[in-house]
Amino acid sequence: MNALDKKLLRDVMHIWTQVLAVALVMAAGVATIIIAIGAHRSLEETRAAYYERYRFADVFSGATRAPASIVERIGRIPGVAVAEGRIVKPLLLDVEGMPEPASGLAISLPEGRPPHLNDFFMRAGRLPKADAGFEAVIAERFANAHKFVPGSRFEAVINGRKRVLSVTGIALSPEYIYALGPGDVMPDDRRFAILWMAEETLEAAFDLDGAVNSVSVKLMKGASEPAVIEQLDQLLARYGGLGAYGRKDQLSHAFLDSELEELKGMRNVLPPIFMVVTAFLINMIMTRLIALEREQIGLLKAVGYGRAAIAWHYVKLVLIISCIGIVIGYGMGQWLGHGLTRLYARFFSYPFLIFDNSADVFILAAAITIAAGLLGASSAVWHAAALPPAVAMRPPAPTAYRTLMIGKFNPFAVFDQMTRMTIRHMIRRPVRAAGTLLGIALSLSVLISSLFVFDAIEFMIDMLYFRADRQHATLFFSDDKHMRTIHETARLPGVIRTEPARAVSARIRHGHLSRRVSVVGKPAGAQLSRVLDLEMQPVAMPRSGIVLSDKLARLLDVTTGNYVTVELLEGRRRVFDVVVAGKIRSYIGLLAAMDMDSLNELAGEGQVISAVHMAVDTSRTEALYGKVKELPAVASITLQRVSLARFRDTLAKNITTMMLVYTSLGVIIAFGVAYNSARIQLSERARELASLRVLGFTRAEVSRILLNELAILTVLALPIGWVGGYSLAWLVAKGLDTEVHRIPFVIDRDTFAWASVVLIVAVALSALIVRLRINKLDLIAVLKTRD
Amino acid sequence: MTATVFKAEGLTKTYLTGDVAVHALRGVDLELFEGELSVMLGPSGSGKSTLLNILGGLDTATSGLARFKDLQLTGIGEHELTLYRRHHVGFVFQFYNLIPSLTALENVALVTEIADDPMRPEEALDLVALGERQNHFPAQMSGGEQQRVAIARAIAKRPEVLLCDEPTGALDSKTGVLVLEALTTVNRELNTTTAVITHNAETRKIAHRVFYFHDGRIARMEVNKQRLEPHEVKW
Repeated sequence: MNALDKKLLRDVMHIWTQVLAVALVMAAGVATIIIAIGAHRSLEETRAAYYERYRFADVFSGATRAPASIVERIGRIPGVAVAEGRIVKPLLLDVEGMPEPASGLAISLPEGRPPHLNDFFMRAGRLPKADAGFEAVIAERFANAHKFVPGSRFEAVINGRKRVLSVTGIALSPEYIYALGPGDVMPDDRRFAILWMAEETLEAAFDLDGAVNSVSVKLMKGASEPAVIEQLDQLLARYGGLGAYGRKDQLSHAFLDSELEELKGMRNVLPPIFMVVTAFLINMIMTRLIALEREQIGLLKAVGYGRAAIAWHYVKLVLIISCIGIVIGYGMGQWLGHGLTRLYARFFSYPFLIFDNSADVFILAAAITIAAGLLGASSAVWHAAALPPAVAMRPPAPTAYRTLMIGKFNPFAVFDQMTRMTIRHMIRRPVRAAGTLLGIALSLSVLISSLFVFDAIEFMIDMLYFRADRQHATLFFSDDKHMRTIHETARLPGVIRTEPARAVSARIRHGHLSRRVSVVGKPAGAQLSRVLDLEMQPVAMPRSGIVLSDKLARLLDVTTGNYVTVELLEGRRRVFDVVVAGKIRSYIGLLAAMDMDSLNELAGEGQVISAVHMAVDTSRTEALYGKVKELPAVASITLQRVSLARFRDTLAKNITTMMLVYTSLGVIIAFGVAYNSARIQLSERARELASLRVLGFTRAEVSRILLNELAILTVLALPIGWVGGYSLAWLVAKGLDTEVHRIPFVIDRDTFAWASVVLIVAVALSALIVRLRINKLDLIAVLKTRD
Repeated sequence: MTATVFKAEGLTKTYLTGDVAVHALRGVDLELFEGELSVMLGPSGSGKSTLLNILGGLDTATSGLARFKDLQLTGIGEHELTLYRRHHVGFVFQFYNLIPSLTALENVALVTEIADDPMRPEEALDLVALGERQNHFPAQMSGGEQQRVAIARAIAKRPEVLLCDEPTGALDSKTGVLVLEALTTVNRELNTTTAVITHNAETRKIAHRVFYFHDGRIARMEVNKQRLEPHEVKW
């Protein structure tokens, strides 16, 4: 190793704490790149491979009852590669030890072969047989939640009759990576199951001999999805077709898409923040180091080292710091990446989910980090290389300060000498002061934007569960029922109040824009399940007209007063134009609601309902559950309280983890910026501080001078950080704004306060470490040397 | 007989530099008296600065005793030493050590703000003939002027002792005279016990008492019967 490299290593060792503080910021940047890109890839590539291997379909459609022969005709639609029909029916499940009924979705399996489309991964066991009674392969999550293994049994209400199902196998399906039960907002493994049963068994149980009620289609490469959907809809129209849709509208796929979008958002926001801070910190450190080594640079030049050699010397220092940051970042990225994968495992059922470790992500992260470091160092390194040796060997010109007189008035006169020193020092180095201020403000912004999610979730819970859907339970019928069914449900044990609801699948169009949604009919004066306007007030359904959630209105580019075309996809499949009477709030899916009577009138199928919301005497829920399990007409039941508990539980776990990560990232920035700023000040002002100590100032007083600047900058950074946090939170909310879910943009004052407290503690901690160094100032050595 | 301000007995100081023990003081006995100006002479490394640092509360002795009036300096804690410096001692160094971000007046005020019975900062600057330059920053002043600000700062709190470590070391002779004059003025007018380390042997002529250092010890001490004014000294 040559002498210059030895010097380099010793330089690094000498300022190791600062190097570490910068390296941590770099590492955080590297880690966010790795997890954002890595997790994005993990999810996307695993999903693609999973889809491919198990032949996940491209287009789906439901129907009331279509002859099995329709599948062949569908197969002849241009662009269709494979078509397959099956039976898909909701079931009510009764699992021992769980009082509330669970919902299931039974899917038929062709005899003697795996399905052509939407195949599944068998984790254990065997396929069900048609002649062996009611056998089923069940989804792994449901099996795990109830500790079911092949051979286990539980009861199900199949077409009104209670049957005992025996489990023959455990499986996972690409169709239900994100498996959401009817009416749920979060996957609930205990209460929702996918069951694969023999075709013959389901045909017999549901009187669907030789018929199918669900069709899946795989498209040829380059085929037009809308064209196929149109023809498929035409073919199925007379069999009660429910409107075909592509993967974009397939629930599980759409949720994964929205998760991928979120990761993209994270990738675009967080790494740039860290890289900006990295560049600033490197700039700060290198500028100081080169100022300290000015005479050494002069000497090196005097003995014959060229500009390039000097520049390369300092570039190597940046590379060393970057390498430390990159290595720590790799570790952090791996660790967080695996954590994130585990987090995903709570939501998504994959037979395997491997965190993507490909080298290119690591190379990219390293390249970006090194680039940020070099960019930050460029001006300082350039300055070192350009310094003429004769000038370098002379001490630098003393720092010039100015009094800021306004006429005869000295604005500093009100301050004591210590404060004057602090303020003049900041004014003397405005760029560094501004950079420190900005760095601290950025860290506060990151903290606010991460903590704000709690507020958003609480707001959402309040809106969803306490203001909009206030019912205790909702019964969904397997087919639409006449209005009078409501009287029967009112007689169920413990039911205090009932409210009918109607839901019809529909496509809403405005010009060339359209969305497939479920139009919900609400009775006039609904008290249990309500929709709220943008001001959070319950909406009285207009007699004519439709209300749309603001997201849907945006997607269709309509506003109140515009007309939209509603094509019902069920029953008589009526098409009508209706005025948009208002906009409503919704955070999950796309919502369109109408007055129930007018919806029924327009649908032309009389007074029918598809679900009943119920207020229940909670002391009698067990009796109610018991009775519901025996009702033939009920397809599923949603329990608000269980749903809320599940919502809170899942979010609490996930969000707490994510918040911890983001808060740590915010703290790392605060610490990196504050510590380096204070350390460099200490290095620049050691002489001043030692002089003050000699003059009889105590350690505490001397520390005050140094830390005053940090304190002032932190105080100034607070309002900037609040504004930044507000904006960043807005970006986060925007990033989470997808068709499947959104979060409200609300930030409590407490969040600003807490974020500020965390920031102040982080800054104070770094100040404390620097304070310990002040205690170690060697008074004599400092004063005996020339500045 | 004037009162003793400093008394040192058998004072030693040993530094460990790596594995090498450097004996900076090998047993120093001395007495400094109230209102006197003492000059300390000797080659580099002879122990002058070490002694001054111990007397000024900047450093601690390895063994022996040092006393300032009734205050035992050896064996007291960091905080007590800080208070001792704050209330009793004024320092002047070769490299001025002014705060660059404060004007001359403010540099002096820095001390008067924490002292018990200080003079006005303007008064201190007048004493060193710098009343006119009070609103200049260190970077706007010559070396001699900066050193005089340092003296003004050191004496503004009316310290009982003024310790000067090569105050003229970085100055040309003409400027050095001005600085020494400031010191003698202070010594005379405020009756401040003053100790000055110097390499310039001629300076001894302005002192009441001269100590010659050699190899960590005081080799001899002289008392001047006749003192010269700084401008009378030949450089």
